[in-house]
Amino acid sequence: MTTPVVKGAAYVLVHTPDMVMHYGTTCSVEHEVNPNSDFLKKVPEHLRTFEEAVKYAPNQVYIGNMLPNDLHGIEKPWYNNLIDDAKAEGKQGEIVSQDEFYIAMKLSDAFDLVMLEKDFIANTKGKLEIKPYYSEVELKKIGEGYEIADIEEKVSKGAEPLLVKDKLVGCVKAAHERDKNLSAHVMVENIVSKASGVIALKNLIFKNDISADSIEYVIECSEEACGDMNQRGGGNFAKAIAETAGATGATGSDTRGFCAAPAHALVNAAALVKSGVYKSVAIVAGGATAKLGMNGRDHVQKGMPILEDCLGTFAVLVTENDGVSPILRTDIVGRHTVGTGSSPQAVMESIITMPLDKNGLKITDIDKYSVEMQNPEITVPAGAGDVPLANYKMIAALGVKRGDIERTAMQDFIENHGMPGFAPTQGHIPSGIPFVGAAKEMLESGEIDKAMIVGKGSLFLGRMTNLFDGVSIVMERNTGKVEEAGTVSKEEIKGMVAETIKEFAAFLLDGK
Amino acid sequence: MENQKRVLELSEKHGKENVVVVLGASEAESAGLAAETVTAGDPTYAGPLAGVSLGLGVYHIFELKDEVDADVYDEQCGMMEMVLDIDAIGAEVKSIRDQYSKF
Repeated sequence: MTTPVVKGAAYVLVHTPDMVMHYGTTCSVEHEVNPNSDFLKKVPEHLRTFEEAVKYAPNQVYIGNMLPNDLHGIEKPWYNNLIDDAKAEGKQGEIVSQDEFYIAMKLSDAFDLVMLEKDFIANTKGKLEIKPYYSEVELKKIGEGYEIADIEEKVSKGAEPLLVKDKLVGCVKAAHERDKNLSAHVMVENIVSKASGVIALKNLIFKNDISADSIEYVIECSEEACGDMNQRGGGNFAKAIAETAGATGATGSDTRGFCAAPAHALVNAAALVKSGVYKSVAIVAGGATAKLGMNGRDHVQKGMPILEDCLGTFAVLVTENDGVSPILRTDIVGRHTVGTGSSPQAVMESIITMPLDKNGLKITDIDKYSVEMQNPEITVPAGAGDVPLANYKMIAALGVKRGDIERTAMQDFIENHGMPGFAPTQGHIPSGIPFVGAAKEMLESGEIDKAMIVGKGSLFLGRMTNLFDGVSIVMERNTGKVEEAGTVSKEEIKGMVAETIKEFAAFLLDGK
Repeated sequence: MENQKRVLELSEKHGKENVVVVLGASEAESAGLAAETVTAGDPTYAGPLAGVSLGLGVYHIFELKDEVDADVYDEQCGMMEMVLDIDAIGAEVKSIRDQYSKF
């Protein structure tokens, strides 16, 4: 039996300032309720340029050009202390501009719903032509485009506009006359999710020099739902993304679980590889337009830039053991069960300490915890506090209660085992998964030995249950030993012997 | 909003003097806001308690430590007691209670 490893991780941001205004729920609801509000009037002057978004340190961390702890060296507020020589190209991904992304949406449009204006295409196409991961065949699919009058007519009849600096350059049409699940608005959300997911998967394939057709299975784990009025949420984003990204050898399916979905997907991918069902499983999630500018009202009120101006997306590849990449410890998995209860303590114990206890590990044996990694500069002004810090305080407090650390050592623990938040507040994006790429780098360089990836989700938002959810898995430095196919490892034999002895002891004690 | 509705319904059903609201908010500001909502009325004027001054008794769970079984308290609140600023939360809720609680 093989050991699953994290072979690669890719992180992409798409800077979409015009979408903040038209597709983010904070602004779009305000448009409906109070179209002449001061807030809406002020939004444009609080939107960042592409260059400003690129130079923003948390974004540089997200795409892998900096490690999370590097943020300690940058004075706050980070939005006023930009990194002058920052690049849109990242070690593990990139930051894509809005105009380039509109064309990427066209490439992800299987039903001819995206219309782009002729001149816009002519002026923007070059941005895709210089990207190494677009083939000539793909670029030909962009086509010539449409006259602006045709697009204006479609928008007047209900198509959703695609704008650049408030100028109409395209639109997305409804896919059905009456079906709400195929309305123009829903189609924008879904095509955006698919197209941004495709860019992440392409980055994963290209930057890790993986053959696209070697991927056998794709698990998509965003928060969108695609389907028609007879099967809302029927799926399958995964296969659609795999198709457009050229993963011809893959099938796939969608996993949902709010913010915890990527961590669930990581555990599922590890299990599929460990069991031998598939050799290579990619997990991927595109971005969410609805969450753009979610806390914009507070940002505007406090005179800050609207920091939620980027779609966040990622892809992670889990494969059989290569002797180098970090191992996913399928035997150290935490889960919040139905019976766990909802007190913060019960939640944290189920996700953090129970899997450690099962394996005889202390809280301090995990070098870095990747919790809900929201960028605090986004959440603190909105009154939601520093989310990662709150998580680290809870883990430290659990450590004190268990006797793993002294109460006086809580602050040191937080500094050493935590890190500053840096992820965009894109729902499913911040929880656990943003650190997988950085963890891979740190585990491979020997800086750390173990990292725990923690996903947490608020299920009550779907109004189906009041339950909370969470799942965790440990990433560990590779020992360099690769299991031979068809053999059983020493650890597995040890485990089997231990299990048998335990059963025998229980038999003797029970006298059965 | 749903909680505001629930509090209103319970106080109507059982009588305001027979209802005590126990908060679990993690920050002084949000605890104070919730306390104000069930006493003086919803200060944001967004929910069913807008303009409705119930004047209910309101406490944060941290203020009720001595009223709860020690083991249960430790299991449910022990960790968060170490994490949160319990003095600030308690002071904020007490200040609202002293001003607006009628029971």
